[in-house]
Amino acid sequence: MNSTEKMNTIDLVNKNLAKRYRAEKRFKAYGIASIGFGLICLVFLFTDIIGKGYTAFVQSYIQLEVNLDADTLDISDPNDPNQIAGANYIGVVKKALRERFPDVSGRRDKRKLYRLVSNGSGFDLRKMLEADPSILNTKQTVWLIADDDIDTYIKSAAKDGKVFTGRVDEQAQGWVKSLMDNDEVETRFNTVFFTNGDSREPEQAGIRGAIMGSLFTMFVTLILSFPIGVAAAVYLEEYAPKNKWTDLIEVNINNLAAVPSIIFGLLGVAIFIGMFGMQRSLPLVGGMVLTLMTLPTIIISSRAAIKAVPPSIREAALGIGASKMQMILHHVLPLAMPGMLTGAIIGLAQALGETAPLLMIGMVAFIVDIPGGVADPATVLPVQIFLWSDSPERAFVERTSAAIMVLLGFLIIMNALAVWLRKRLERRW
Amino acid sequence: MEATASVDNAAQAEENKLKTMKEEVIAQPSVDDIQGTVGTPFVENAKMSMRNVNVYYAEKQAIFNVGLDIGKNEVVAMIGPSGCGKSTFLRCMNRMNDTIDICKVEGSLTLEGQDIYDPKLDVVPLRARVGMVFQKPNPFPKSIYDNVAYGPRIHGLTNRKAELDEIVETSLRKASLWDEVKDRLHAPGTGLSGGQQQRLCIARTIAVSPEVILMDEPCSALDPIATAKIEELIAELSENFTIAIVTHSMQQAARVSNRTAYFHLGKLIEVNDTEKVFTNPEHELTEAYITGRFG
Repeated sequence: MNSTEKMNTIDLVNKNLAKRYRAEKRFKAYGIASIGFGLICLVFLFTDIIGKGYTAFVQSYIQLEVNLDADTLDISDPNDPNQIAGANYIGVVKKALRERFPDVSGRRDKRKLYRLVSNGSGFDLRKMLEADPSILNTKQTVWLIADDDIDTYIKSAAKDGKVFTGRVDEQAQGWVKSLMDNDEVETRFNTVFFTNGDSREPEQAGIRGAIMGSLFTMFVTLILSFPIGVAAAVYLEEYAPKNKWTDLIEVNINNLAAVPSIIFGLLGVAIFIGMFGMQRSLPLVGGMVLTLMTLPTIIISSRAAIKAVPPSIREAALGIGASKMQMILHHVLPLAMPGMLTGAIIGLAQALGETAPLLMIGMVAFIVDIPGGVADPATVLPVQIFLWSDSPERAFVERTSAAIMVLLGFLIIMNALAVWLRKRLERRW
Repeated sequence: MEATASVDNAAQAEENKLKTMKEEVIAQPSVDDIQGTVGTPFVENAKMSMRNVNVYYAEKQAIFNVGLDIGKNEVVAMIGPSGCGKSTFLRCMNRMNDTIDICKVEGSLTLEGQDIYDPKLDVVPLRARVGMVFQKPNPFPKSIYDNVAYGPRIHGLTNRKAELDEIVETSLRKASLWDEVKDRLHAPGTGLSGGQQQRLCIARTIAVSPEVILMDEPCSALDPIATAKIEELIAELSENFTIAIVTHSMQQAARVSNRTAYFHLGKLIEVNDTEKVFTNPEHELTEAYITGRFG
């Protein structure tokens, strides 16, 4: 009887065992499925963004024979910088285009012809002339930036088998084809995209202004939020008595971390702009608003890092006669630093991608100039993306994607930096 | 079914038997029955003297009316079963319990006649005079040199490099660690073996020249060879320092100490010369403990 009973138990166990293993397999499969879903979404996102945006990193240029004669340029005194600056460069470009396509007549067709090159190409000529005044009254072969529609057409022509659906009609297409056949069209790396500020003309628009704006904003955020956050975390963790007031503060900090960021924007408008009368669109104000938003993250992660410092190290320091401040400064903070820095970088990465609160404080303005400091009106990368994604010009689609890639690049760099710092500063005990 | 039932019964019976045996052997009086301390808790020319010490963790009382003297250059061992309050008592002696919010200490504790719980007293110099070595070796994640030099640096004992070097060397020599580490003073202290780490911690403690060293089970995380070295060291240190050591090992207490104090459930049961405690204990609880009938 004893043995049969044992047999039965083992049979039962075996029977259940198979069921248990099946359940475990299912359990694992759920996890794999979730990760797979996430990866597919990520791949889809990246192919979409990169597929749309990679063309923005090159730009078409059109070769023209430009006659920089003083008459057409309306320059009577070549030594007068005002005249050089205000000269009629567009006229020269137009003349060059007419000379290149002599059989175009009629005002409408001519206007269409002038639109082959960017209407900002005059600036390039001005720069050339300012750099080297001796080229006045000579013929120069120059590469001028193609207009955004033409650029789109040239890029699509490079891809075979697709019917072009853009805003370039048959006639203009013919002109471009003839330019291409004569090797008078070239695609180069789009330096303009990285050196210019925003522009109404897609081919003249760049992200330099937005990047600088983001950098200044992040700078202000870091300078303010890290010291304040660490100081708050140290006080709460090391000095604050455990009572209902500190409990209340803790609950509030945790809640603040979950407050929608636009609320912080409203707060910024009310306090910094409304009460203190600061200007709109400043990286300084943006940085302060993002500081409010980032502080809870930094405080929470810093507290966790401070908590993780083993009590034996504190006891060792206290036991030898270190004061509390010495214990914190000499032992707790150095050991907690990797964790606090990681938290700060992740908080900053979050702030870097933040749009809503900055819209509230006016960083959504159209700003062409590249900001030179925290007190210059600026916009930031995510807001620039928002602005471009809203623009009707087709060429802004690829620039939007390109700007997203740049933003993602910065985020990846920041997260990699966090990982690297953690690995590097981590000390073992 | 019958089979399992009988097995259960047998187990039950065994347990009951053990229980009754235990009760018979120990014949433990309840806490309230223990009155006062037998033996010689107080000595002449005491370095530290504690009188009527009561310690509470929130509502729970951990130490009941304990009085004990630590004589100059004496090694006093504190033994007793787990949770008997010996570590708590030790940590009162340099106010390490201050770090625990809910801990409250009553009674008089003096270091050379000076009340160490005087609200006006600064704990920083107190802890420089009464150093502590902990159960688990806890070197700072810094170099060996910096570990030892930390105390002298923060107390401003010297600001000359040569003098500091000398302090570090003497301390490491006193902790009999110098020969093992003299070639790698700037290697991390955490890279040493457990026993070496504990000796490093002792060197770090004696670098500030304390008068009293408190040791809280300094060998419980070490192997027998490392333990032997530390014990040897304690004997050497007792020439210059007053030492109070908490230990779980009765052999250790017997080897290193001059007097032994036996704690039980927060009360000090017996204090006597170590030899007497281990050969002819006065109190029946002490006898039960050292003969291994409970603990």
